Amino acid sequence: MISVIQHLAREFRVAARHKTEWLMPLLFFAMVTVLFALGSKPGDPRLAEMAPSVLWVGALLAALLTLDRLFRGDLDDGWLEQVFVAPGAPTTYALAKMLSHWLLTGLPLVLLAMPLGLLLGMKAGQGMNALLIGLLLGTPILSLLGGFAAALTVGLPRAGLLLPILVLPILSPVVIFGSGAVRAANAGLDSSGPIYFLAALLTLGLTLLPWVASVALRNAFD
Amino acid sequence: MWTWFHRLASPPSFYQFSEIVSPWVLLSALGLLGYGLFAGLWMAPPDYQQGDAFRIIYVHVPAAALSLSLYTGMAVAGIIALIWRMKLAESAIAALAPVGASFTALALLTGMLWGKPMWGAWWKWDARLTSELVLLFLYLGIIGLNSAFVDRRAAARACALLAIVGAVNVPIVKYSVDWWNSLHQASTILKFGKPTITPEMGIPLYISLAGSYLLAGYAVLRRMQNELLLRERRANWVSKLLSEQKQP
Repeated sequence: MISVIQHLAREFRVAARHKTEWLMPLLFFAMVTVLFALGSKPGDPRLAEMAPSVLWVGALLAALLTLDRLFRGDLDDGWLEQVFVAPGAPTTYALAKMLSHWLLTGLPLVLLAMPLGLLLGMKAGQGMNALLIGLLLGTPILSLLGGFAAALTVGLPRAGLLLPILVLPILSPVVIFGSGAVRAANAGLDSSGPIYFLAALLTLGLTLLPWVASVALRNAFD
Repeated sequence: MWTWFHRLASPPSFYQFSEIVSPWVLLSALGLLGYGLFAGLWMAPPDYQQGDAFRIIYVHVPAAALSLSLYTGMAVAGIIALIWRMKLAESAIAALAPVGASFTALALLTGMLWGKPMWGAWWKWDARLTSELVLLFLYLGIIGLNSAFVDRRAAARACALLAIVGAVNVPIVKYSVDWWNSLHQASTILKFGKPTITPEMGIPLYISLAGSYLLAGYAVLRRMQNELLLRERRANWVSKLLSEQKQP
């Protein structure tokens, strides 16, 4: 019986051996944001208004980049097959994979969002708090949903663009509520409504998606 | 009754059943749709506020209702395909997705055509419109996923999982006009209690709704037949069927 912790420990050992891989999404996120700022008029005050949606979309795209490889390595070296042969539920394996994706990609992106937000002219305060809390709740939803989509496409030779096309429509409520919370906070309104909605989505996803993803992974073998 | 139902679930007998039934489905669909559209477009009185522009509901409402019904049907077929591994349900998923996508696109397009003179804009980022667009993307995602697999059975199971997860969007589309302050008007016919539409306008609408459902049913039946032929092309019944057709 392998626990979630043991799976996670393995994920971190693997990640520690590919030292620069976790940096790529962060660099991508920073570059997208900088390009957006460069593309608009210098000193435009509207940039700060657009900042929440830019940061949300940038963070989601950056996290999506690494999803393609989430189960691919394990499929290629046979680890995935061993998980299904070994005693213990494949659900714990799927949950550990999603958690490790969030810890290695999602959480660093959230931490990077604050300096990037300041760069775009957002003020530290209510709006920034709402952005960070929203991202903290929203990026794990992306890891869960994206993990599910990666599990669906794991056996495919050319998944490529299919993965984001599957994930992004289901993720649209997360973007809507996430940047909605920031706008509400910037307008001096109560932002707890959309935040609670994100928390509810996260709870729902955390309960169901690891199990659905393990069913999808089994599909790669049948 | 049950044995008949069980026999129907096998691909060859479903194929024969659909071969007999689908011409009648098409005929009644065209009849109902023809009468419904004629009555809606010529006989129903113009709306007191919107004039003749309201007549687009005879296409828009059935298309929008079908976009949701077909998705729900796809999710139900997905559950059946995953639990009982029924071949018929698997082919139903592949058959429902393109039909549903077309009706969703039709609902969006007719809505835009109506929105330009009525709201003064082709498109608004409104709850109902956005969630319907997301529904279209979900359909397209399922079509894309289905065509990415070589193994048809694995494709159907993957699509089934995606359809079930995406089904959370269906109640959001349905109730978006009640939950949020939407520009889209609230439902006048598909709701509990007395409909708030006069019979002169309502009855043609119900008839064209029924006709559209039958038309969609016809398209799904024919697509399922195609899908079954493709999947079972190595099976005995298909080669027998083909040789019968070659030598009349």
